[in-house]
Amino acid sequence: MFKTKTKLIKENKVYSRPAVGTAILLLGFALLLLSIVLAISVGAAKIQFLTVWNAVINYDPTREADRIIMSLRLPRELGAAIVGAAFAVSGAIMQGMTRNPLADPGLLGLNAGASLALACVFAFNTGANYLTVMILSFIGAGIGAMLVFGLGSMSRGGLTPIRITLAGAAVSALLSSLGEGIALYFKLSQDLAFWTAGGVSGTNWAQLKIIVPVVLIGIIVAVMFSRQLTILSFGEEVARGLGQRTLFTKIVLMTVVLILAGAAVSLVGAIAFVGLMVPHIVRFLVGTDYRWIIPCSAIFGSVLMVLADTFARTVNAPYETPVGAVVAMIGVPFFLYLARKGGRKLS
Amino acid sequence: MMNAHQMKRVRVTTIAAIFLLIAVFIISVATGFASLTPSELFRTMMGQGTSRENLILFEFRLPRIIVAILAGMGLAVSGAILQSITKNPLSDPGILGINAGAGLMVVVYIMFFTVETTSFLYVLPLFALFGGMLTAFVIYIMSYIKGEGVEPTRLVLVGVGLAAALYGATLTLSTRLDMEDYSFMANWMAGRIWGDDWTFVLSLLPWILLLIPYTMFKSNVLNTLNLHENVSVGVGVNVSRERISLIMISVALASASVAVSGGIAFVGLMAPHIARSLVGPRHQVFLPVAALIGGILLLAADTIGRVVLDPGGIPAGIIVTIIGAPYFMYLLAKK
Repeated sequence: MFKTKTKLIKENKVYSRPAVGTAILLLGFALLLLSIVLAISVGAAKIQFLTVWNAVINYDPTREADRIIMSLRLPRELGAAIVGAAFAVSGAIMQGMTRNPLADPGLLGLNAGASLALACVFAFNTGANYLTVMILSFIGAGIGAMLVFGLGSMSRGGLTPIRITLAGAAVSALLSSLGEGIALYFKLSQDLAFWTAGGVSGTNWAQLKIIVPVVLIGIIVAVMFSRQLTILSFGEEVARGLGQRTLFTKIVLMTVVLILAGAAVSLVGAIAFVGLMVPHIVRFLVGTDYRWIIPCSAIFGSVLMVLADTFARTVNAPYETPVGAVVAMIGVPFFLYLARKGGRKLS
Repeated sequence: MMNAHQMKRVRVTTIAAIFLLIAVFIISVATGFASLTPSELFRTMMGQGTSRENLILFEFRLPRIIVAILAGMGLAVSGAILQSITKNPLSDPGILGINAGAGLMVVVYIMFFTVETTSFLYVLPLFALFGGMLTAFVIYIMSYIKGEGVEPTRLVLVGVGLAAALYGATLTLSTRLDMEDYSFMANWMAGRIWGDDWTFVLSLLPWILLLIPYTMFKSNVLNTLNLHENVSVGVGVNVSRERISLIMISVALASASVAVSGGIAFVGLMAPHIARSLVGPRHQVFLPVAALIGGILLLAADTIGRVVLDPGGIPAGIIVTIIGAPYFMYLLAKK
């Protein structure tokens, strides 16, 4: 059994670069810390690096800088980091499971579903606590995913990447226009627009206390199943031939995707392209083994979101630019590149 | 050539579509705030209405209804051209990002100029047109690969991606607007038909009157372009030139329509499909039917949106999407 597995893995050219992977994890972590500190120190009130460190280690509520850091800046950057990790990992899992290089929670209807759920929350029950909001946005993401994949698998010829992407575009259009209708009708449009465009500005500790464990558990489960995911990424038949319980694996991984995307959207809004870009860059660096791709994607996604959010906050101060737009500006050229490169292969 | 049976089918379909359009028109006038019953409507149309009835029909209702019909026609023909040229039955100006490009220019316009002036009505379509053209150009360039030409699926894929980016940019800019301008923009993007004045009819009418007949005049070219490229070259069509000029017409129709109707997707997808399934794929007969169906669809959507959830109403674009997106999915599943 083990021999055939190794052989198959060789045939499918699984390659990984553990050295590069380790380096990325370590360097990435350092980079993440550095970018968080950097992000905290720039902005309306400039704060020295050392002060940031002091505030975290030795919090003194009488100092103004400390209060700014602990109540505004730090939760915001942690929020950006956790959301970036969640989007990147859910994108990586989706790309592996569907063998679709264009998979991304934003493009495949998950984010639109979660946004619709949130529009409903805002419209009908303003008093909902954050946990309820998160669960509802998880359900919304699930509905979006079910529609897209149900539709894709119903079609003759199966789930080709291009068909899934188009189904995602249609489902997203449908769900977000339902959300828009609700928002316009209940006159909560501009609040919601800022939120849909993506922003971590309102993140507070109470939200982080809920979302951080959820996302961390999701990522840990993803890492635990990353070996199965690697095998699954060869294709369903291969995975089944190797004796994998594909259905069970798929259900677990899909649940993780929904939890991660739902949690991330509930905090930051529907941000596309993080889940698309990061796994591609990581795959290019560390190879095709998901045991490396998933943790590296998490780190990379965090760094990307923290930097994007800092850019969004400072590029046109004192106005906040929605971070989703910043990410889209980087993400779209990337998407176009993939669409061009894979034009023939995809259809 | 068509045989007698097909001719009859075309005739029956066209007449049925015209009757349906009239029926939707009557329903639209008879529902909602400040409505006229069919008999009042008939009397007013004959020039014997009271001053109140005249006011309701000619000042409130008719301009908006005509804008909806014209915009629906423009979008339908625009979608039909795109579908034939890209040989992709899933093409639609909204899905391909042309609406998003027009929308971006609309928000740019609103940021720098005021919404109030009357010149606005005539300049805005030009801005939208510019945005739409630029987007179409970028999509075309990005999906062109040397030696392979423009592959239809890649075109759609590039359009979808670009639409997401443009939408993001529009959203970014619109959070910067003040409340009043923002609410205009939000409604515009959702596709609320906001042109309810005769000036809007006048700003849209020339585009429709010029470009739809011109497209019909080009029916034979469209028929051949829809075939394999080699066939078109073989029968003497200058493929690249005709293709580019027709794409520009399609973009112009879509941009002019969405400038007054707001960002409406899926009409350009549905209307040609319905028309094709009714009268077949020859452009001579299917373009007029598609235009009629486009008008019916948008007017019906606007009427439904206006009546449902009174008094705020729901933008027509949302109603169209709620009908159109499942239809798109159905086409996708069937294909």
